[in-house]
Amino acid sequence: MQDFQIKKNPKAYDVAIVGSGAGGGMAAYVLANAGIKVVLLEAGPLYDPAKNVTQLKWPWESPRRGASSPYRHFGDFDAAYGGWELEGEPYTQKDGTKFDWFRSRMVGGRTNHWGRISLRFGPKDFKHRSIDGLGDDWPIGYEDVAPYYDKVDRLIGVFGSEEKMANEPDGIFLPPPKPRLHELFIKNAGTQLGIPVIPSRLSILTKPLPGNDKRGKCFFCSQCNRGCTVYGDFSSSSVLVKPAIATGNVDIIPNAMVRQVLTNEEGKATGLSFVNKEDMQEYEVSAKIVMLAASACESARLLLNSKSSRNPNGLANGSNIVGKYLHDSTGAGMGGILPKLVGRKRYNEDGVGGMHVYTPWWLDNKKLDFPRGYHIEYYGGMGMPGYGFGSGMQHTNGKYPGRNGEQKKAGGYGASLKDDYRYFYGATFGMSGRGEAIAREDNYCEIDPNVVDKFGIPVLRFHYKWSDYEIKQAKHMKETFEEIIEKAGGVVTWGKSGPENNYGLETPGRIIHEVGTTRMGNDPKKSAVNKFNQAHECDNLFVVDGGPFVSQADKNPTWTILALSMRASEYIIDQLKKQNI
Amino acid sequence: MDRRKYLKTLAVTSLGTGVMLQSCGPETKTETQAAAPTFTIDRTKEELVREQKLLADKFFDEHEMKTITVLVDIIIPKDEVSGSATDAGVPQFIEFIAKDMPRYQTQLRGGLKWLDLQSMKQYNTDFASCTAEQQISIVDEIAFPEEAKPEMQAGVAFFNTMRDLTACGFFTSQIGIKDLGYVGNQPNQWDGVPADVLAQYGVAYDQRTLDISVKHDA
Repeated sequence: MQDFQIKKNPKAYDVAIVGSGAGGGMAAYVLANAGIKVVLLEAGPLYDPAKNVTQLKWPWESPRRGASSPYRHFGDFDAAYGGWELEGEPYTQKDGTKFDWFRSRMVGGRTNHWGRISLRFGPKDFKHRSIDGLGDDWPIGYEDVAPYYDKVDRLIGVFGSEEKMANEPDGIFLPPPKPRLHELFIKNAGTQLGIPVIPSRLSILTKPLPGNDKRGKCFFCSQCNRGCTVYGDFSSSSVLVKPAIATGNVDIIPNAMVRQVLTNEEGKATGLSFVNKEDMQEYEVSAKIVMLAASACESARLLLNSKSSRNPNGLANGSNIVGKYLHDSTGAGMGGILPKLVGRKRYNEDGVGGMHVYTPWWLDNKKLDFPRGYHIEYYGGMGMPGYGFGSGMQHTNGKYPGRNGEQKKAGGYGASLKDDYRYFYGATFGMSGRGEAIAREDNYCEIDPNVVDKFGIPVLRFHYKWSDYEIKQAKHMKETFEEIIEKAGGVVTWGKSGPENNYGLETPGRIIHEVGTTRMGNDPKKSAVNKFNQAHECDNLFVVDGGPFVSQADKNPTWTILALSMRASEYIIDQLKKQNI
Repeated sequence: MDRRKYLKTLAVTSLGTGVMLQSCGPETKTETQAAAPTFTIDRTKEELVREQKLLADKFFDEHEMKTITVLVDIIIPKDEVSGSATDAGVPQFIEFIAKDMPRYQTQLRGGLKWLDLQSMKQYNTDFASCTAEQQISIVDEIAFPEEAKPEMQAGVAFFNTMRDLTACGFFTSQIGIKDLGYVGNQPNQWDGVPADVLAQYGVAYDQRTLDISVKHDA
């Protein structure tokens, strides 16, 4: 017998899905519930937040007290495995530019740790070229997606408040939690500055979700990023993949690293080839329809690696557009101390996981020197201590009078220092801006012809530069943050920066909202997929992650990935019924 | 699902898990093959392999550990509220961090050496062997960054790091969390800032916020 052979799965599936995050989980859920036979390939292990528990654990249960590790970049308690670097899975950079690529290979993918910030794109977000002449309009508008946002709200649950803001569409909301103390100060500061500070919109069940007895409601431990044992928040693992499998219509293959989409002579997708990371053997699975939801960059990589004599440029890439128009949200932050909060009374301030209030974009870009907006996320208060607690006390305890009203020398040791940690606990706060970058053709990922990963799969090479638009936006963020901190009665302690570091603008990829690599459009020469996420050049191939986004908006992408994946899945059901695919 | 039942289950399963760190220190290493560490938090296969290696390794020698023990108790001593840094297992925490985050290794080892050399210069013995008064006298020269002499800068930087690691190790321990008065990490029904605290800071929830916010069952 030969040493190397490819094992073919004899079962014929209707649909093969690559990736089990927001896009893949939603597709599996919708299709399986319609009786369609699905095989779901996931590049990482099985994961269920009720079984793989870090929630309600104490810092000392981690020997590094929750610090980041090579296998969990967001810390030892974070639900998401992985990070910006994975062992044996490199990527490269081009022309001295930099893009950091976060990968979480596990069931549920990056939905396991995200901030649950669940914002709808607004009418302007789909048609921004018509407003400012930059980027491109989507081939669909808010009215096309709105019914799916509604369905996603009902299926998954999101809290928020009706605000009737033009470009921040209201959803079908559960009631929001009341603001915390520092959030009240921020809200009051915002009111004085003309900056809206409204209840956040997070996919967390503050009330039981009507019609769903499989999920418990939130018990306010503030740990959504650890995964919720009662499924009180949204992660694809608990809310979509688990019930999809329960239908009996989904076979899930974990640790399946997909190499390429298989095609036949007519150019149709016939299935997938993958390596099983457990036994390192080669496998193939066949299906009538293939859906890619491996993440914007991984799906682009798959298409580019799916070369054939018919598709020398990669699959669905006659336009040469796959990998291009890559864009991540912009990000910048600042923090401070609220001197009025020193020595504060203790009470359980955990609340939900993340902020109770946020600031949606509130200004008119026509009156500003940058074209797109940003939203602001807030944090602070009496959180559970973890790695890094008390760091840099010498920068604080010499600046403010101590408990007895006397000024101390900075730094120190002993009982007096020990008391300083108690005294300043819960008095710091901070904020992060998350803005829209312009999608540009020259920000892209492509296949590095010289490098393969440990599975022998050619890797991605990135080329990404911020433009003046994003840098000016970051400058505006920083000016705004400083105003808010000071108006709230705070003092800035970190995050002031200038042109020397692009006003603290984060490296692209750091915000983990990357989209755009297989963008949708009506013109097959300028887009990879059509308005139903269906490849122009291969009608039984769909991409349902962030790849098809034409523009990112000043919102988090997850809710729109979910809505578009649901929409594409319903389209597939309809097309299968009509025998069009 | 009965919500109360699962909250109760959660509360019970999160108790009695605070002893894990005690098995992390170098003193538990024996000549026999170290048993695989057990964790009360989710660990992947790759993580377990790495944790086992880290826990089996030893970085600081006995003298270094002795010096660290003296230093962390100077930084966070026992007081009327709670125990000392060593009571909270801080030396073992620092030993683990040095192995887990190699960027600390040179700074910590070198800083300990610097401290011994200072002690030798001034008192003709290593830091740990100095009297308590002598130790405090040396610490006074490196614990106040804004006053320290320029030639003490290396010691100041080392002490800043030790202060950070000690505070982190202490306040993330069982003793430290209790001392700090953190009362979360348990099932709760968040219903806003307590009324007396709102009054203390002269703030209030506006009527709309009260109207739209989640209301809990009694």
